[in-house]
Amino acid sequence: MAEKCGMLGSAGQDAVRLRLPLDRDQLRELRAGDACTLTGPLYTLRDAGHMRLLAELEEKDGGELPYGLDGQAIFYAGPTPAAAGRPFGAIGPTTASRMDFAAPLLHDRGIAATIGKGVRSEAVREACVRNGAVYFVAVGGAAAYLAKCVTSEQTLSYDDLGTEALRRIEVVDFPVFVGIDTLGNDVYEEVQRTALGL
Amino acid sequence: MSRVIGKEEVADLVREALPKLAFELPSDIQAGLADALERETSPRAAEVLRLLVENARIAREDRVAICQDTGSVWVCLEIGPDVCIAGDVLDGVDEAVAYAYTEGNLRKSLVRDALFDRSNTGDNTPAFAEIHTSELPGARVHLMCKGGGSDNASRVVMLTPSAGRQGIIEAVLACVREKAANACPPLIIGVGVGSTFDKVAGLAKIALMRPLDVPAPDEMTDALERELLEAVNATGIGAAALGGKTTAIGVRVKTAPCHIAALPLAVNMGCSAMRRGTFEL
Repeated sequence: MAEKCGMLGSAGQDAVRLRLPLDRDQLRELRAGDACTLTGPLYTLRDAGHMRLLAELEEKDGGELPYGLDGQAIFYAGPTPAAAGRPFGAIGPTTASRMDFAAPLLHDRGIAATIGKGVRSEAVREACVRNGAVYFVAVGGAAAYLAKCVTSEQTLSYDDLGTEALRRIEVVDFPVFVGIDTLGNDVYEEVQRTALGL
Repeated sequence: MSRVIGKEEVADLVREALPKLAFELPSDIQAGLADALERETSPRAAEVLRLLVENARIAREDRVAICQDTGSVWVCLEIGPDVCIAGDVLDGVDEAVAYAYTEGNLRKSLVRDALFDRSNTGDNTPAFAEIHTSELPGARVHLMCKGGGSDNASRVVMLTPSAGRQGIIEAVLACVREKAANACPPLIIGVGVGSTFDKVAGLAKIALMRPLDVPAPDEMTDALERELLEAVNATGIGAAALGGKTTAIGVRVKTAPCHIAALPLAVNMGCSAMRRGTFEL
């Protein structure tokens, strides 16, 4: 069972403390809407980087995911440069649905989780169920706060893409909510249902 | 006697104003988030709002960007009847943007061409700059650093005149229901109604410039803004779209004349990190 701790020291909901890379058994215990904190390595990748990665996979035609991505979590983010003595001045989630074209394949190939903001497609939900994977939601617009959770960064590839390069970053107590759980429950759908009084 | 405004004056203003916009959330938006936090009863939404309020404090004190998406830069030079400009008055803007984004460690988010060359320009240029004329004397610059996620959640709809006020309300609500989750709520929603297909989006954008503590210039607009805000917040979408009382902290409407056949509508979503300001020249 995952360890429970106070979410960011607030009086709000308890947060589940998770280590990265994620433990698949632990992922299965999470439910849409749960507050969690992540500690360990994350991999940042967004629009242009996903197109590159998929082209590489197509060229390789099988085998393990490159750049040590197998079993890891992808954070859909393009950070600002370093500032205030931190690896990035600001880093936060970008709209996840733009990466829906790539997420099902990447989950099938071993990506354990993605982190972004906003609603995902049915295909992503199915890929989460099929692979015991999770979509986490981070708070958009909280990027100065989230940058304080990042302790280091290293560019792994696609450096020419600037902010869209593939980076490995280390995070500590990085706050997220479960967007889609391994059973396919979707937090946004639940919010919508409640809003419509269904 | 006409006052002449040159490209150096405009460039200097842009160079100095951009870091302030990137690091300091406008006071009306800060107040809107703080009010929303006070009202919120959902623990999850309250947690999100607390994080956003804290985020603004960190950005302001540490001089770091409020959001990693430091936006595309919109520059609108507004000149009154007593002001003269030359055709090159905006020519210093790109250099000012490049300087501010490089020196301020802000993200460079522009590609060379939307379709044929998506390589990053490396300095956040070009800015999207335009000139408006106004009956107000003097000159001012409207600046907005517009995030991609909230702009993507925006839309133009060409309604028919019979759709009327109710049609406008329904179309705005439809856009909110479908797109709010991607636009980083609590939102500031810019609504343009009227003019033509190409101009209505500009109306929605300029509507976003009016601060949340400045009421609409007429009663009908004010009433529509209040009704829209109430309806948007009744959706229960909430902060970060994770459920809650505050989906938007403001709706700003601007209307204009239009063709007898038309009822153009534009919804320009502004995110919780709404970075905009008007600066007198």
